[in-house]
Amino acid sequence: MTKTVDVASLAAKQREKLDAQTREIVQWHFSPETGSPFWLEKAKELDFDPLQDVNCFDDLKKFPLFEDEWLRGGPVRRWLPKGLEGKPLYVFETGGTTGIPKSRLVVEDHWIDYEMFSHTLPDESFPKGSNWLMLGPSGPRRLRLAVEHLAQYRGGICFCVDLDPRWVVKLLKKGKTQEAKEYADHVIDQAMTVLSAGHEIKCMFTTPKLLEALAVRLMDNDSSIAESGIKGIFCGGTEFTQQWYRFAREELLGPDVYITPTYGNTLMGLACGKPFDPADNYKITYYAPQPRASIEVVDFDDHTKVVGYGETGRVKLYTLTKELFVPGFLERDEGERELPHEKYPWDGISGVRPYHVFAKTTTVGVY
Amino acid sequence: MLEVPVIRWGQQYESLEKQDVVHFETGETLAKVHQANGGLIKMDMRKAKRARDVLRQFSIAELLEMCKKAGELYVSADLPLGNSTQSPDDFCRIQSATTGLPENMCRFNMTKNAFVMGHMGEILDALTRGLPYDVFTNGYAMEDRGVWVSYQASSPVCGWVLPSNSPGVHTLWLPVIPLQIGLVLKPGGQEPWTPYRMYEAFAQAGIPREAFSIYPGGHDCGPAVLEGCGRSVIFGAAATVERYKGDPKVQAHGPGFSKIVLGDDAADNWEKHLDLLVDSVYVNSGRSCISASGIWTPRHGAEIADAMARRLGPIGPKPMNDPTSGLAAFTMPGAAEAMNAQINDGCESPAVTEVTAKYRDGGRLVQHERCDFLRPTILHVSDPDDPMANTEFMFPFASVVDCPQDQFIKKAGYTLVCTAITQDEKFKRNLIDAVTIDRLNLGEVRTYQLNWLQPHEGNIIDFLFRSRAFQTSPPPAH
Repeated sequence: MTKTVDVASLAAKQREKLDAQTREIVQWHFSPETGSPFWLEKAKELDFDPLQDVNCFDDLKKFPLFEDEWLRGGPVRRWLPKGLEGKPLYVFETGGTTGIPKSRLVVEDHWIDYEMFSHTLPDESFPKGSNWLMLGPSGPRRLRLAVEHLAQYRGGICFCVDLDPRWVVKLLKKGKTQEAKEYADHVIDQAMTVLSAGHEIKCMFTTPKLLEALAVRLMDNDSSIAESGIKGIFCGGTEFTQQWYRFAREELLGPDVYITPTYGNTLMGLACGKPFDPADNYKITYYAPQPRASIEVVDFDDHTKVVGYGETGRVKLYTLTKELFVPGFLERDEGERELPHEKYPWDGISGVRPYHVFAKTTTVGVY
Repeated sequence: MLEVPVIRWGQQYESLEKQDVVHFETGETLAKVHQANGGLIKMDMRKAKRARDVLRQFSIAELLEMCKKAGELYVSADLPLGNSTQSPDDFCRIQSATTGLPENMCRFNMTKNAFVMGHMGEILDALTRGLPYDVFTNGYAMEDRGVWVSYQASSPVCGWVLPSNSPGVHTLWLPVIPLQIGLVLKPGGQEPWTPYRMYEAFAQAGIPREAFSIYPGGHDCGPAVLEGCGRSVIFGAAATVERYKGDPKVQAHGPGFSKIVLGDDAADNWEKHLDLLVDSVYVNSGRSCISASGIWTPRHGAEIADAMARRLGPIGPKPMNDPTSGLAAFTMPGAAEAMNAQINDGCESPAVTEVTAKYRDGGRLVQHERCDFLRPTILHVSDPDDPMANTEFMFPFASVVDCPQDQFIKKAGYTLVCTAITQDEKFKRNLIDAVTIDRLNLGEVRTYQLNWLQPHEGNIIDFLFRSRAFQTSPPPAH
């Protein structure tokens, strides 16, 4: 009972922080001195004054939903707040198998997000100073640079093996399954080479599909992920289900390798998984990196209504950094709303999976 | 609540993910089926060799006896299923309730499977052309005529990615076990029942459970089976067949476009064959690839279509437990509606006439709260090049196509089953030589009347085994 009270009290404090962050970020993006051309222009269409009328997180609901289509095409500098002009800029893309991809301008959010994430990692499984393997999509995505920064932030060096998911999707759509398999083998070949080269790699980022392929390849060579020296893995995506989590721990990795699920994207940053607890039976609960981003689980038919704890709804994302302001975006995922946790005293979400309306037409987990 | 686990080389595996299997009419959850994941299948396939090893502990003759017993158990015994027990009646009821196939058809399919199991020895004898069974067990044997023959298994296991809506296909995988090849089954979401019941019957008859894996699951499980098994069979639409064309590891079964053709010499006597025509379209609710979807004739097309429509047009949906129920339900939302729209579009062509409409009280599409039906539809198509001349749908549907006899082979295209009614020797010769025809019936054989001693869509022996050279001594001097 005491624990519940403590979490509630912590949650109340976090809510105050979220309200304060909301005020600060709205002032930043809508002030003529610091705001971005996009939001200053958008403000003219609003029937309220963000500078006057947004004083807490709930006031963000006065904004219309953020449309990710706005992120397609240029000029990308319209998203740059005046207050950040002159800084070196990155652009990261999302999607883009066909047509113009959505792009996001970044200064250093990806570093900050992964530094915050770093503090959630257990040092015994992700030893400080150890080297990393980044086995996943890089190219125009932020993932490679973010993971590399994470490795550096923890005192290590990141070895990278690239994978182009857009090419994999193209192959699969053309029915070229054998070529897709050969490409996956090519990626795993490179990972095997890096792991065998004496680089003392102990930590890894990868995707569920690639982890499966790497683990099976190592087993076929009478080795294992643990024997290759890996102690800690972080892995993400809607493919990282409760069943897959169990399968990975019980069959792919064994007891000596730690794996932590993450859920994130270019707009949000990185949501962390609740620490593993056998009592959860591998249930995965994510918590957004609040107050820089927050998620709500909302009613499928009314996005202004948050569902009750344990109930199912669609993920609604808010991003509140000086580089990006997203006042409510309906993600392509759904899940169940979860209670705050003492390590993350704000709402979480479990059972994340593709939004059921889109699920039939979405290609997931190709890499 | 009935819970059905994943089977991993005979071991039950309880997944953390379960799929509700619901009654197609009421929405009631009838079972929770545990879901495998792709990685788990790939891990298991690393041990595939053991499946063949455990089966080779028995001779093929012994396995055939066990198959016979398994067939009897399958059709008549109460058998374990997950956390419960299932009687034959339970099986028919639940299969009907989740697939939309009337119970009488479920029972028919059950009997068909049992028949195949009971006659497996004759079937293998026919498919192997009488080769000694040792050839398959040991990889080689001496034939009676003193010649070494060698057949090497192409894979220790065979994977099957099975459909949800067609319980008739299961006969195809039954010969795999007596051939001492392990079985990896990925059942359709609505039809896990036959694989599980047959697995239990095999096991109760003494066949080692370690030879079987059953992986119900989501979108990543089918590809994992295809990737992990040296030989696999998948069922799907024309796009699936196209996708795997040329892949020696995968045999893809799709639409059959099965047809009946009347020769010039038989067309004037079409009335004599009306029962055959109607039955070939209607039996099993037209849901099989071996159901006829085309009647091709050089004359009297309009009259034939009208006579068939008069028989089939009045038929409508009945309760699933009605022994005379002849129409299966479409349980996937929107599927029947889409097909209906496609047919309506096709009927806009001046070459196409919908003949059944005048014999039907109401529309073709019958929509219920949770399922739909499509009532039998016969088209008369006066142009063999019209797209509706060669179309297949999963209900009693057929186009009666006007086509000169000498144009039939060229215009009809791929045909899984072709029943030809003709005594014209030249036409028969052309049909025998036509590589676009798979199963050829010369004479009054309904398209669904399969003789199990004949191969179906390629001989499974050729798919699972490779004939190769084998010598133990130098050849005679030459």
